[in-house]
Amino acid sequence: MAEAMTVSDVKKHVRVYLIVFGSLLLLTLVTVAVSYFDMPLGPALAVALVIAMVKGSLVALYFMHLKGEKRVIMWVLAFAAAFLIGMFVLFIASLLDQEMVAVLLRVT
Amino acid sequence: MELLIPYEVTPRRDTGVNNAKLGIWLFLASEVMLFGGLFAAYIFLRMGADAWPGMETFDTHEMATRADQVLSVPLATLNTVILIASSVTMVLSWASLKMDNFKGFRLHMGLTILLALGFLVVKAFEYGSKFSHHVGPDTNIFLGIYFVLTGLHALHVTGGIIVNAYFWGPGTRMWLSGNERDKAHFTNRIEIAGLYWHFVDLVWIFLFPMIYLV
Repeated sequence: MAEAMTVSDVKKHVRVYLIVFGSLLLLTLVTVAVSYFDMPLGPALAVALVIAMVKGSLVALYFMHLKGEKRVIMWVLAFAAAFLIGMFVLFIASLLDQEMVAVLLRVT
Repeated sequence: MELLIPYEVTPRRDTGVNNAKLGIWLFLASEVMLFGGLFAAYIFLRMGADAWPGMETFDTHEMATRADQVLSVPLATLNTVILIASSVTMVLSWASLKMDNFKGFRLHMGLTILLALGFLVVKAFEYGSKFSHHVGPDTNIFLGIYFVLTGLHALHVTGGIIVNAYFWGPGTRMWLSGNERDKAHFTNRIEIAGLYWHFVDLVWIFLFPMIYLV
């Protein structure tokens, strides 16, 4: 976030914060309402994750000022994201591997 | 002689940001891995479980087929709203300082702390209702990961309350000194504390649907 901000800049920011607040409340209602539809796990998970990602992005971009943040911060986050994705891939790959082993054991 | 630490509020030429900001983002990156690891554990446990949540409901004593039959979605929704509101008041407290409005800062920071305490009270009710049914983290895998994830998050909320309470109370000395450099320093501290607080909100935004709703 730029250090040199005028009062009118900050006032504009405040308006944005309140709009983001309203959007987050609305999305919270949507995610709870959707959960009452009793969807199968796959689609339910997908919808919940998409809404959570939209909400999370709003918080990160506007409240945490990632929008317009310096490149070095983006690199730190990209680094963390790469490790996070790597960890999930390892976990899921090992799960799929176990399932494959189980299927093979059943066949033989 | 006063020891001056460079780049505490002014950006470094090579990184383009001040050291405090880079520091908090490095810390938050490590936090991403901490919670990410537990999320991965949650997925692993859930995919490997024969039944989820794998326990009886408290009222009908039939096997629950969804997590929301044993957890309180209304209370968790209320807590989601509380935490989002506290994120807004936190960012408004920083904006108040940017507008040289100390009273506004005190008000919004005070609200942030109260909302955070409210979150913990609701959480205590939630935990209490589990304990009153004689179930806890040792009951089954579902409750085990539920208590670990929400408990670690609640610890983060508690840490945030302590830091924010310091900045609401004794920490304001820095602003009240009236020295422009100290005021800029204090505003920066609030922005950094805010980054942590928004992260705590962000974690809950993922925890809530994953544990309670899906």
